[in-house]
Amino acid sequence: MDLIPREPIALHFCSSPAHLPVIRAAVERMCDLLGMDSEATGGVVLSVDEAMTNIIKHAYKGDSGQPIDIVMTPVGQPDPNALEICLSDRGQYVDPSQIKSRDLDDVRPGGLGVHIIVKCMDEVTYAPRDGGGTVLTMIKNLQSIDAEASKEVSS
Amino acid sequence: MSNEQPNAPVTGVRWQENVAIVDVAGDIDLNRSLDFQKSLLAVLEDGPHRIIVNLSGVPYMDSSGVASLVKLLSRARKSGCQLSLVGLTTRVKSLFEITRLDVVFNISPTEKDALA
Repeated sequence: MDLIPREPIALHFCSSPAHLPVIRAAVERMCDLLGMDSEATGGVVLSVDEAMTNIIKHAYKGDSGQPIDIVMTPVGQPDPNALEICLSDRGQYVDPSQIKSRDLDDVRPGGLGVHIIVKCMDEVTYAPRDGGGTVLTMIKNLQSIDAEASKEVSS
Repeated sequence: MSNEQPNAPVTGVRWQENVAIVDVAGDIDLNRSLDFQKSLLAVLEDGPHRIIVNLSGVPYMDSSGVASLVKLLSRARKSGCQLSLVGLTTRVKSLFEITRLDVVFNISPTEKDALA
């Protein structure tokens, strides 16, 4: 049994904050299977959560019934060397030039999500989605794949 | 103050003279941060000289949870109340470091350290 996911995994959620724990659990499991260490996994989980939060609050303006697609793709052959995560929404397109983190020295509530994503992920790009909305693509490079996880285990 | 709501982020408030020790449990994300913030600000309205927020029962927090604590810090400073955070789990501590708020908040490992 191959423990490493090698094909894209597509998930469909609606823009409800109540779904966030389920999304985090799925992302965490994916990172675990790819052999990511705890610190990197925490950063990826947090980044997806922050991206989802931004979609819910800004793209859909709090409307909890709108679609959000997540595709997690292990990148690289034969063993993955990165994890790509795409989040697509059909809400209001957010101009990337308008997406910026606030000055961290300006201590006030809010405005930290983008800073967290950029800090935790290796590549972050925003693009308009065909048909409307935004596609956020985030890539996390895998520093090392756990040798044990890469073994094929026969049951 | 007791919080009887099921699944409420703030599970209780313990008073030691004028110090309010706030116990928090569960993940604090967009789904729970508003309740979290309301409960924290309600404690401040009771007039403590100091608030200690015990986060040892919080395995995960995102920026919406942090925003609630920043709001509490801002209000506490205005009312002359000291605020301390204790018991940060690994991921919550990492979040504070990423956002550089670890140097803004008074953070101690345990309640005992904060009260010393």
